[in-house]
Amino acid sequence: TQLIFYIFSRDGACCLPFSSCYFLTLPDKMKIKCRFQKAYRRALDHEEEALSSGSVQEAEAMLDEPQEQAEGSLTVYMISEHSSLLPQDMMSYIGPKRTAVVRGIMHREAFNIIGRRIVQVAQAMSLTEDVLAAALADHLPEDKWSAEKRRPLKSSLGYEITFSLLNPDPKSHDVHWDIEGAVRRYVQPFLNALSAAGNFSVDSQILYYAMLGVNPRFDSASSSYYLDMHNLPHVINPVESRLGSSAASLYPVLNFLLYVPELAHSPLYIQDKDGAPVATNAFHSPRWGGIMVYNVDSKTYNASVLPVRVEVDMVRVMEVFLAQLRLLFGIAQPQVPPKCLLSGPKSEGLMTWELDRLLWARSVENLATATTTLTSLAQLLGKISNIVIKDDVASEVYRAVAAVQKSAGELASGHLASAFVASQEAVTSSERAFFDPSLLHLLYFPDDQKFAIYIPLFLPMAVPILLSLVKIFLETHKSWKKPEKTD
Amino acid sequence: MAAAMPLALLVLLLLGPRGWCLAEPPRDSLREELVVTPLPSGDVAATFQFRTRWDSELQRKGVSHYRLFPKALGQLISKYSLRELHLSFTQGFWRTRYWGPPFLQAPSGAELWVWFQDTVTDVDKSWKELSNVLSGIFCASLNFIDSTNTVTPTASFKPLGLANDTDHYFLRYAVLPREVVCTENLTPWKKLLPCSSKAGLSVLLKADRLFHTSYHSQAVHIRPVCRNARCTSISWELRQTLSVVFDAFITGQGKKDWSLFRMFSRTLTEPCPLASESRVYVDITSYNQDNETLEVNPPPTTTYQDIILGTRKTYAIYDLLDTAMINNSRNLNIQLKWKRPPENGYIHYQPAQDRLQPHLLEMLIQLPANSVTKVSIQFERALLKWTEYTPDPNHGFYVSPSVLSALVPSVVAAKPVDWEESPLFNSLFPVSDGSNYFVRLYTEPLLVNLPTPDFSMPYNVICLTCTVVAVCYGSFYNLLTRTFHIEEPRTGGLAKRLANLIRRARGVPPL
Repeated sequence: TQLIFYIFSRDGACCLPFSSCYFLTLPDKMKIKCRFQKAYRRALDHEEEALSSGSVQEAEAMLDEPQEQAEGSLTVYMISEHSSLLPQDMMSYIGPKRTAVVRGIMHREAFNIIGRRIVQVAQAMSLTEDVLAAALADHLPEDKWSAEKRRPLKSSLGYEITFSLLNPDPKSHDVHWDIEGAVRRYVQPFLNALSAAGNFSVDSQILYYAMLGVNPRFDSASSSYYLDMHNLPHVINPVESRLGSSAASLYPVLNFLLYVPELAHSPLYIQDKDGAPVATNAFHSPRWGGIMVYNVDSKTYNASVLPVRVEVDMVRVMEVFLAQLRLLFGIAQPQVPPKCLLSGPKSEGLMTWELDRLLWARSVENLATATTTLTSLAQLLGKISNIVIKDDVASEVYRAVAAVQKSAGELASGHLASAFVASQEAVTSSERAFFDPSLLHLLYFPDDQKFAIYIPLFLPMAVPILLSLVKIFLETHKSWKKPEKTD
Repeated sequence: MAAAMPLALLVLLLLGPRGWCLAEPPRDSLREELVVTPLPSGDVAATFQFRTRWDSELQRKGVSHYRLFPKALGQLISKYSLRELHLSFTQGFWRTRYWGPPFLQAPSGAELWVWFQDTVTDVDKSWKELSNVLSGIFCASLNFIDSTNTVTPTASFKPLGLANDTDHYFLRYAVLPREVVCTENLTPWKKLLPCSSKAGLSVLLKADRLFHTSYHSQAVHIRPVCRNARCTSISWELRQTLSVVFDAFITGQGKKDWSLFRMFSRTLTEPCPLASESRVYVDITSYNQDNETLEVNPPPTTTYQDIILGTRKTYAIYDLLDTAMINNSRNLNIQLKWKRPPENGYIHYQPAQDRLQPHLLEMLIQLPANSVTKVSIQFERALLKWTEYTPDPNHGFYVSPSVLSALVPSVVAAKPVDWEESPLFNSLFPVSDGSNYFVRLYTEPLLVNLPTPDFSMPYNVICLTCTVVAVCYGSFYNLLTRTFHIEEPRTGGLAKRLANLIRRARGVPPL
């Protein structure tokens, strides 16, 4: 894997000779070589103008328009030591759109220090070892992968996201949520930004009389009900039967549930392992989805006419759900190097280099999956030689191998978009070849069963024939011997 | 595993108009209804209907938001471009002769017929995928539907909802008569209901009572309907129907009274808060003819009269949304008691206990004039223990003759009889009044051919075993104990050999 890396030097300093190649060593003797490829140039006029503006945000706004940055690349601007673009104590800045600004210094060890800083910034914005290890979690042995780390979603061609509102007590609460507007305003822009990673479809439903499987306990100190952290895994299973598996689509489903607790168990809080209530009152389960508990404000009960009308605050809810969605995809918080300013998030909630990092990880994961599938198919054929491979299965295998090679080549030269597409094609073709139903047809005629069928028929018939043959042979032998004797 | 997320930093800036958007008025509505009909043969039929109407266009692709309309079916409609879907699972057969005409009959087994939209290009491929998806949703083996049991009827299945044109190319119909209906099919059907067997009429849907019936049919019907009288826009209507016929004997021990608790082993506790209408209709057509015939408890507040299936019928209405009818402290259990036994009379049945007592069946029937009444009983043939068979089992077994006792009306009035003075043949039976006389008739005994086992089998086994043992043991014994000696080659003709045989038998030395 490679990242293309441009360095702009404003004061015309010369090139910085630092090494830019490192190995990511993953467990189980898997080595992936990551390389940074650098290119340098002087700043253009409008860039100089932008870099001399007052604050970083204005500079960002001015630097936006003219360039088209290639996917998977990073642009680092070098500014002078005394520039006022960054606050005085900050040495570097990471922007939301594949740009970073690093302050240069005049020092004897300038090259080393600046080089270290640039490497830190680059590693914060691009592929690191734990991101890759998280992506390859399925292919690594269990003991190397600690239970603390959470697995991101498996790479797939698309995902289906379902928002469900659970109302177990419709007699007391008449809950309304403007899910259509919320999806349009908050979820759809996020998914549009993520659209390079796959097809997304969004649904929503309201389920009545859907209970959680766990009885919450009463805490007299705060006169509220709480769900212990140990009970949380048992909550999901009883609800899942009501959610309705997606019958109409082949993509994996992510469920986001909003639970309005019943009047008898209001208010309900989720406690973490220290016994303190969680701030957002929500939890998520890797590779499944998230659940948030929405407590009805006790002031609305004053009218005491049941059912009370509840309008859900979609902003609060969508903040939590989108953050959970980011975590489910494995877009974790970056490790910001010291004295570095991280820009505020974009309005969609996803920075461009985060998307790049996701695509890098996904490409590697797809390649690993495709090669594992093809290897298993080859091993299977080696063990059971009876399987007949049809022509279309063979062409799928060829296509998968070609796609794997193309994707690896594109990754090596740093073209992220085409590498990702090729890796997806590789996974699809290899799975189609491996799971073809025609491979199962000729499994039930092994050689030892053929013997077991024919021997009971032919052996009893063969024995008398053999015995009579032996007798004939003996007699002819005797009759040959006789003329010799008499002679 | 699941973990509570502190989520201390929220990375998102949510821009955009943040006003309080009031939710739009609910666009779907639910009506539920139960009709209880006593049938002429004494059984009771109950028909549930749950109708969800959804005012939405489903044609557009994109985000779909579901509330009362189930998400699984809504996704099917949009993905496969359905116009109408009718799916039914039935166990048993509706006996129109005994029960009268049904509201909605379905064939035994599983039936699926679908009208696709005319935007569908490959109807057969969509049909195959749709039947596979439905078999997953309803836990039934509808995936056995393929081209060998699918037809395209041209005349008998017109669309039941709105339709612009009817090109029969887009219709597919399939029946699986072997499909068995059981609890596995009822549970996903109940899950599609918004109140989902927790409130309203769906509380009565208990599988152990519903499958203890002579006829059980559950169906799902989806079709487009007009939203208003001018029909400017369409809505989607989903009807879920369930019809059962309870056998009088199983529920009432021979009496014709019934109550909701006896039939369903549950009573109605609370109405479904999501339903705009929730009613129970009880057929009380025979009530109005004679006030003495039956009594319904609790007494209905309103009645409904209409011509249903050709005859005028009266229904008592119980509205669950009416708080006087049902509230937190009272459950609703509708009971019906017959004051006078109706024309069908009295039946007393005592089933047999093996090796203890026989069957006894007594019926009190009123025969209409100029008619033929047939009484039939089903039985199963079983095998006895082998010592219980008579020496001539292939003759058959006898069933004792039936007895018919009747009071026959007399054409001419007779005077009461004086015992001592009239002749003996006139005073065989006591006669109370002169308008009818007593008669007792017997039928022929019945000879039933029952299966008998093959009694020669033990003999066959003994013969075979003895043969095998004799041959093997005999050969071994001979081989082990026989002594061999050399014998002179025989010379001489046949006569000499015969003479030697006779001499040896006499004990005389041979020639």
